[in-house]
Amino acid sequence: MAELKAKGEEPEVLFWVGCAGAFDGRYKKVTRDFTKILDHVGIKYAVLGTEESCTGDPAKRAGNEFLFQMQAMSNIEILNGYNVKKIVTACPHCFNTLKNEYPDLGGDYEVIHHSEFLQQLINDGKLVVKGGGEFKGKKITFHDSCYLGRSNNIYEAPREVLETLDADLVEMKRCRSKGLCCGAGGAQMFKEPEPGNKDVNIERTEEALGLNPEVIATACPFCMTMMGDGVKHFEKEDSVKVMDIAELVAKSNNL
Amino acid sequence: MQQLIFIIVTVLSFGFFGYTVFRILSYFKLTKEHAYPTLDNIGERITHTLLVAFGQSKILKKPVAGLLHALVYWGFLVITVGTLEMIIDGLFGTQRILSRLGGIYDVVTISGEVFAALIIISCVIFLIRRYIVKPKRFTAPEMKPSSRMDATVILSMILLLMFSLLGMNIGYLNNGGEIHGSFPISNMFASSIAGMNLHTFEIVNWWIHISLVFIFLNVLPYSKHFHVILAVPNVFLERLGPKGRLNSMESVTKEVKLMMNPDTAFAPPPEGEQAEIPRFGVKDIEDVSWKTLMDSYTCTECGRCTDVCPANITGKLLSPRKLYIDARQRMKDKGDALIKDSSYSDGKFLVGDYITEEELWACTTCGACMEECPVDINHVPFIIDMRRSLVMEESKAPASINMMMTNIENNGAPWQFSASDRMNWADELFTNDE
Repeated sequence: MAELKAKGEEPEVLFWVGCAGAFDGRYKKVTRDFTKILDHVGIKYAVLGTEESCTGDPAKRAGNEFLFQMQAMSNIEILNGYNVKKIVTACPHCFNTLKNEYPDLGGDYEVIHHSEFLQQLINDGKLVVKGGGEFKGKKITFHDSCYLGRSNNIYEAPREVLETLDADLVEMKRCRSKGLCCGAGGAQMFKEPEPGNKDVNIERTEEALGLNPEVIATACPFCMTMMGDGVKHFEKEDSVKVMDIAELVAKSNNL
Repeated sequence: MQQLIFIIVTVLSFGFFGYTVFRILSYFKLTKEHAYPTLDNIGERITHTLLVAFGQSKILKKPVAGLLHALVYWGFLVITVGTLEMIIDGLFGTQRILSRLGGIYDVVTISGEVFAALIIISCVIFLIRRYIVKPKRFTAPEMKPSSRMDATVILSMILLLMFSLLGMNIGYLNNGGEIHGSFPISNMFASSIAGMNLHTFEIVNWWIHISLVFIFLNVLPYSKHFHVILAVPNVFLERLGPKGRLNSMESVTKEVKLMMNPDTAFAPPPEGEQAEIPRFGVKDIEDVSWKTLMDSYTCTECGRCTDVCPANITGKLLSPRKLYIDARQRMKDKGDALIKDSSYSDGKFLVGDYITEEELWACTTCGACMEECPVDINHVPFIIDMRRSLVMEESKAPASINMMMTNIENNGAPWQFSASDRMNWADELFTNDE
């Protein structure tokens, strides 16, 4: 972003990478694949790079409103400084916070989740996903992220993206507004679960594996981690892949 | 004579109901002022209320129990017209005053009769379900015998209300006078005993029915069935907008702005402004928002929230329903004393003595509870409000959560990675290793 600014240019959209997108070993690949798609369709985008900082979502949901607002206000200062208008992110938690909670503190942006962004590109004909490719006829089930679905009513966008793959889409019994959480939201990602008789991600992975899918598709870095761990727990990592919708789109287009 | 007794009974029961409402409203004065309802988007609120409250859209997500409940609810709406007629008749000594409406009266009486029968069927099924089928959510640990008894009493009362209503109509058909309206269900019974004069039977059932209505009205606010009255307003006053949004605490915004402004960050606080430091978050019942308190009175303990809670499903201590049972109980235990003395303390707190930290830390904020709740209760903001007091007032967070927060403070990410490595993901784009 700083480089574009120095050249006096403005991007069409700011890609908010998010902490998982920047640091999580597995999700870094999703970040790369998403940028490959952006390059492929010729969208001029920018990232904040080292100027980006945690949105504050896990702090807020852990009850630390102070830390959240400190993070939010310094991020808003940077975003407003670059005159950012439109943000796309692959993380539903960043998405929810930027879209719904930053306006209270002076950060008003058009915020789009990458599932909606990809759907838009496909609808506009800018991104042609070659059906009949890599995933033709393969059984894929989509796991709803709480912060996309119930929190923001985005149920169809990721499914419409997946439909273009020409795959065999199957739904879990608990899907859409009844979707079961992966267990990571509300700062659970960063702590051990409270005592119980099962981990939430095991319960959810069990449900997904019951469908015998080849791919469990996700649209959230935390869901990806939790489902990935669940698949490993059942020692199915060789036959069942957990993949982000952006990876699926990139792969079927050989990007 | 009858008229005089009726006037006295009516005044007494509405008087007592008014007293109860006044007491409950005074509890609302104890809650945090800044969050009173803003009646924005009236159009959207009306549509939402028509759909969720009158249309029963959320309760119908469970089709069988949902339909039975919807029949009872719609029946209540219809039969209330007849109840109003009875009150007018009782006060002014008239007979079936609404029969002056002509053809419309047929609609009122027929629908009343049909719904009375449907309500009887539904309530019998509800009792069977409660005592024989026993769904899991009716037998959870937080469902104490008293609250189960509560349901049985209400269901029995509704059954008696309907039997007396039909009894009254059967009597009316056989009282020897002129008949207004149409009574398909009662007629089946009345015709088989044609010839008997049931005038007294009619009057007795009239009194049983209207007395039960008055008792019902006054029992509701003290039972878990207050939702009969509060569901509509609670749905109407729902927090609109995306469910994932949490409020920004203004008190915190003020402090953070002072801290981030170099002119004020290190300045001593201005004179006189030091006095009142608000408590952050919810530690006890007086800290809750009006909506949380209203939620606690509206909750019917149906347990649909607990049924879908991922923490509860996997055996954790959290049950979203319990939080509202606890909040209501806490207000019952502390409210009256707080009204007399705003600094009253019994040494107990909502968070700690009623709701444990373990319950609060089990929540994934997934919002399944709010999605299911038929009366639009906002569980997640309440849980976060309680975490706020744990973290900001008492620094009581699990060690791993403290570690996450320290990481955000130090390097702007919940994990221990250096901010200067934020672009490393792009390195591999140029090394072509994929």
